[in-house]
Amino acid sequence: MTPEVQNVTVFAGSSLTDAFTRAGNGFAKTNTRVRFTFNFGSSSTLATQITNGAPADVFASADEGNMQKVVDANLLDGAPAAFATNRLAIAVAPGNPKKIAALADLARSDVVLVLAAPTVPAGKYALDALRKAGVIAKPVSQEVDVRAVLNKVSLGEADAGIVYVTDVKSATDRVTGVDIPEQQQVVARYPIAVVKGSPKSALAHRFVDYLVSPDGQKILVELGFSKP
Amino acid sequence: MRPERPPLLFAFLAAIGVAFVVLPLVGLLSRAPWETALSDLGTPEAATALRLSFVVSLAATALALVLGVPLAWVYARVQFRGRDVVRALTTLPMILPPVVGGVALLFAFGRRGLFGPALDAIGIHLPFTTAGAVLAATFVAMPFLVLTVEAGLRSMDRRYEDAARTLGAGRWLVFRRVTLPLIAPSVFAGAVLCWARALGEFGATITFAGNLPGTTQTLPLAVYIALETRPEVAIALSLVLLGLALAILVVMRDRYLRAF
Repeated sequence: MTPEVQNVTVFAGSSLTDAFTRAGNGFAKTNTRVRFTFNFGSSSTLATQITNGAPADVFASADEGNMQKVVDANLLDGAPAAFATNRLAIAVAPGNPKKIAALADLARSDVVLVLAAPTVPAGKYALDALRKAGVIAKPVSQEVDVRAVLNKVSLGEADAGIVYVTDVKSATDRVTGVDIPEQQQVVARYPIAVVKGSPKSALAHRFVDYLVSPDGQKILVELGFSKP
Repeated sequence: MRPERPPLLFAFLAAIGVAFVVLPLVGLLSRAPWETALSDLGTPEAATALRLSFVVSLAATALALVLGVPLAWVYARVQFRGRDVVRALTTLPMILPPVVGGVALLFAFGRRGLFGPALDAIGIHLPFTTAGAVLAATFVAMPFLVLTVEAGLRSMDRRYEDAARTLGAGRWLVFRRVTLPLIAPSVFAGAVLCWARALGEFGATITFAGNLPGTTQTLPLAVYIALETRPEVAIALSLVLLGLALAILVVMRDRYLRAF
């Protein structure tokens, strides 16, 4: 009898798109009977979906606030585990033609700036960073998630966007990253948890364990995440 | 119509069909914060989106009228090679997924788009502007107007035009005083349909024009964003859109509510 392939549905913040696709493949090498279905989006959209009954087995959020919404709804199987941290960067066109060197340049009138909506983690973190830098910048658009910000910059419609360092790293051929100094940085903490009532909870817990294991952490660090 | 008793299977499937459409509306209404709905609509985010949506959808309808009525006239009256192909192309946005429309607009009129540099040279910037949102709405909504007006032109009695012409009226006078009054119901119906589609536009707008309160964040975008943080505002705005849709059905009852 051939063992049945189990499908695990993972809801993850859009900044985890590359990391989880790769980690899913890595995990599948040790567990050939698993297949992943990923739902990437803003962590706030995903939290709303889960609290309204979406059938997720695993939820990974780009901030603690949206994980807390699911905790408060009493929808988790166990406590959330921190598995990665991330930092912000300014994404600009390849070669940085507008010579953007710091957050202060984002307030320039010749710079078309795009941020994530303040309702999603990347948008909140971006506002925190701008506040720390004492910069008042007006974005032309508040995108629905951080990957949409990255796309607007890589398409050339925007001159700059505040994204995660991992987003810049995932698109080095399409955008250039500008570092944000330590005192203006915001650290994004990523928690992950198994959703209560998941019919695949054993496998889901093993995927969570895999992400915090040396193998999983190696993938995350390679893609630019830092350890929790 | 000769009334008939439905076969049991048809009655059953038809009832499921009704439930399938009605239950989501019941779900929305059951969550409606009736006591606070008015104050929710008065919040700055809701009021801004309401105002912007009316501006954008009315501007899109006006633009569609200016371009679409002549286009419908050409389709109805002029024989030319490739007419069916051109008509198919201008009808495409009606069926095309709106996000694809938004991507196409971006690659045509975006900063790096085919015509972006030319537009830039004459100082026109469309992405992330209200004009861009109007353009996105017009792109998806204009076919509704063109097809409706064309059908009106094809079904009208052209002998009135001929009579006016024999009495010495010029083409422009005939169009204004004879044709337009005769097809007025079609133009009105087309404009209402076009406006309704423009009001509900989401995909092309968020892709091409982005999302900024007061500039490009129309009602559907505001509903999407508010659902995560202020669900009561999202529901109140949804009720406005639902009410408008109902009002449109009532206005257009001769076309939709009576089958024959």
